[in-house]
Amino acid sequence: MPEDGRKVTVTCKVNGLERTLRVYPLARLLDVLREELHLTGTKEGCGEGECGACSVLLNGQLANSCLIPALQADKAEIATIEGLASPDCLHEVQQAFIEAGGAQCGICTPGMIVAAVNLLARIPQPTEGEIRFGLAGNLCRCTGYMKIFQAVVRACRRQRERVSA
Amino acid sequence: MPRVIGQPVPRKEARDKVTGQARYVDDLSFPGMLRGVTVRSTCPRARIKKIHFDASIPWDEFVIVTAKDIPGKNCVTLLLEDQPCLADTVINHPEEPVVLLAHADKYLLEEARRAVWIEVEPLPAVLTLEDSLARKEIIWGADNVLKAIHLEKGNVDEVWSQADFIVEGEYETGAQEQLYIEPNGMVAVANPQEGVTVWGSMQCPYYVHRALVPLFGLPENKVRVIQVETGGGFGGKEEYPSMIAAHAALLAWKSGRPVKIVYDRAEDMAATTKRHPSRTRHRTAVSKEGRLLGMEIEFVLDGGAYATLSAVVLSRGTIHAAGPYLCPNVRVRSRAMATNTPPQGAFRGFGAPQSTFALERHLNKVAQAVGLPPEELRRRNFLREGETTATGQVIREKVALADLLARALELSDYHAKLKRFAAENATRQEKKGIGFATFMHGAGFTGSGEKYLASVVGVEATPEGRVRILTASTEIGQGTNTILCQIAAETLGLELERVEMAAPDTAAVPNSGPTVASRTCMIVGKLVESAALALKQTLEGSGFLPRQYSQQEFGEACRRYMEKFGPLRTYSQYQLPPEIQWDEENYKGDAYGAYAWAAYVAEVTVDSLTCEVRVDDFVAVQEVGRVVNPVLAAGQIEGGVAQGIGYALYENVVWQEGRMMNNQMTNYIMPTSMDVPRIRVYFEEIPYARGPAGAKGLGELPLDGTAPAIANAIENATGVAVDRLPVLPEHLLDLLEASRA
Repeated sequence: MPEDGRKVTVTCKVNGLERTLRVYPLARLLDVLREELHLTGTKEGCGEGECGACSVLLNGQLANSCLIPALQADKAEIATIEGLASPDCLHEVQQAFIEAGGAQCGICTPGMIVAAVNLLARIPQPTEGEIRFGLAGNLCRCTGYMKIFQAVVRACRRQRERVSA
Repeated sequence: MPRVIGQPVPRKEARDKVTGQARYVDDLSFPGMLRGVTVRSTCPRARIKKIHFDASIPWDEFVIVTAKDIPGKNCVTLLLEDQPCLADTVINHPEEPVVLLAHADKYLLEEARRAVWIEVEPLPAVLTLEDSLARKEIIWGADNVLKAIHLEKGNVDEVWSQADFIVEGEYETGAQEQLYIEPNGMVAVANPQEGVTVWGSMQCPYYVHRALVPLFGLPENKVRVIQVETGGGFGGKEEYPSMIAAHAALLAWKSGRPVKIVYDRAEDMAATTKRHPSRTRHRTAVSKEGRLLGMEIEFVLDGGAYATLSAVVLSRGTIHAAGPYLCPNVRVRSRAMATNTPPQGAFRGFGAPQSTFALERHLNKVAQAVGLPPEELRRRNFLREGETTATGQVIREKVALADLLARALELSDYHAKLKRFAAENATRQEKKGIGFATFMHGAGFTGSGEKYLASVVGVEATPEGRVRILTASTEIGQGTNTILCQIAAETLGLELERVEMAAPDTAAVPNSGPTVASRTCMIVGKLVESAALALKQTLEGSGFLPRQYSQQEFGEACRRYMEKFGPLRTYSQYQLPPEIQWDEENYKGDAYGAYAWAAYVAEVTVDSLTCEVRVDDFVAVQEVGRVVNPVLAAGQIEGGVAQGIGYALYENVVWQEGRMMNNQMTNYIMPTSMDVPRIRVYFEEIPYARGPAGAKGLGELPLDGTAPAIANAIENATGVAVDRLPVLPEHLLDLLEASRA
């Protein structure tokens, strides 16, 4: 098939790897991640920036990848759920979600964890109110959020212990 | 021996979920795969005249399927066969599927969908419950009645003259969208040689299987259904997945290529099933001592255009309508009515949240009439061991409702707050209130349902000396994988890591029934327990397993058994316990094998200027038998309470001409992390003799009592009776203004 002239070249760093992509300028970053890069850990829940299942970090900022045109990802650094854990070691937030029961059906979980990591990066010792506000863009229909809050508190305690050790 | 029941072990598939490695239907891809979409009717009721395909689209590049392409029977087989898979001549609701399209490019596909025009001759439609009841038009059967139930205990007609008080009330609840965060989706591979295989998001693989067999006219072994990781269900993936599987399979059958259909949020919300809207009327006879003498209840559900599961939703709602109270004379007349809206269906609680809301609001009214505090009125009427429910079921277990209520009131500091709020509200714009509900939820299928399901579970030893559970019961977030493994591990004296789940694949696992009705732990779990016990006995009988054994010795015994005799696999099939007797004709007898019992307390703040309601505290105390996994069990209650808060305060389906108009997360509002109070969950554990290790069911329970507890708290805060859900600010404003006038 001939190259579609409407496509543009986008260069970005995804989970630390340099990527050069040919994409439609207004393609959703969510689709680029899932379909071009096969990073399917980022989920689509609503496609309109309400549910946060597609949360990624774009230049360190929490973003709904369903609302980001591919062109905006040019020269950006993107982190997805797949970039958090190394093969044999989970991120503290991931480990805390397992222990506290923060994941039920799991579809909001990648986005929720990305949001929680971002929250702890901004506010290492968040209050309950700050946790609630920090995760307010990520909807969960299973947990009632209680065990998610507990997971964040647990992760934050673990981070503190690691820093002080 | 390791004890695993009662331990807060992490869920089995947790690691895959927190790393993003878990594979959901939209994460699946096959070589040459096409995407499929559905073209739907847009009017509520019509005759189809012609389907037009706009010339701007190169249609020869698309796969097009209509009703004429269906190889077998054009219906979604469930209880009745009234719902077509693709509408052929008549349209009965505005989201009825008519044409299917597939193409490799999803963007072109979307353009093509908009270029199909269904020319219709409109017919008069029935869009409200009232019009359906009034038979304004007959749109289903002879009288629009999808199902009618008549429950009778004692003689209600004779009781009114003996009553000190007669209290009447009318209560309404709206539709509620399940709003699982993963929309529905299926992938299908289908051809005449190999048959049909579908992978997808679902609760009930064998329901999908049962629907696909007649649709394609294939033998059962030529249809295979595999559940993949499923991002929430709540009942919303009980029945509709059969429709989507059928559509994907029809497109795959015609094209010879794999086809994936994944709904976007708007389509999922508009087209798939929701909780039935309801209207309940109560007339109650009560003595001056506050004894319930007679209850006459009329319970009506809006079922939408087709029968789907309305008959069984109505059944559960009817049986729960008189609640966990002793009343010698009860009459419940129930009807599920047809309207030209998309069919309503299963949603966690399954009819019981509707009728429980009505009753728990109504009993507060009864208490006022009698002049008793609401908790005292309930205390005087709670069912106790040896007494009979509305269906005449003798309760054989200890019922701890009075204790649960006392504990919930104490934990919430109910009495002190009641006093304090009453004193402080007079001078405040923000009025505070506290309220509660006491209720029950039957676990498992109603009546003889479990007998007819006759579920089967298998357990097999693997060559690695592990044990694998074979069931079609699905993990949809509620913890199936983990609790069933805990039950088998406990039975076999194994570490949890040595037990695993087989994938729910109809070609590989027996039919353990649908994953619904709070039945997975109690019914399927019990079958897991007995199949595991049979496996252990087989090993012991073979002489390979000593009476006391280590983990290694168990694995070694499995290996030696399999070397000598081949596969080691044991099965267990459900047998109706002899004490369970159900008369479907007269709605009498043992409606459920066991009930969970609960008392929930809600504390709210109502802004009397904006009429916004905030839930400040929530205490949920329940008795669910033995708790298999306290973290997962609490997670179920917390999530259910949050859904109940949504049902009570935010979740409003706006209908226009039979369509959901606010089919977006932007304008259909569910609770966020900012909206839920601290939800405090407590369990009382009274082991149930027929449950695995004493466990009962609990998944649906929290949906029943949350909304009425909140509504009662709002009444306490404002003094106005809120008898309609959801309690939106604009509704509350109307009520407050009416009360001031």
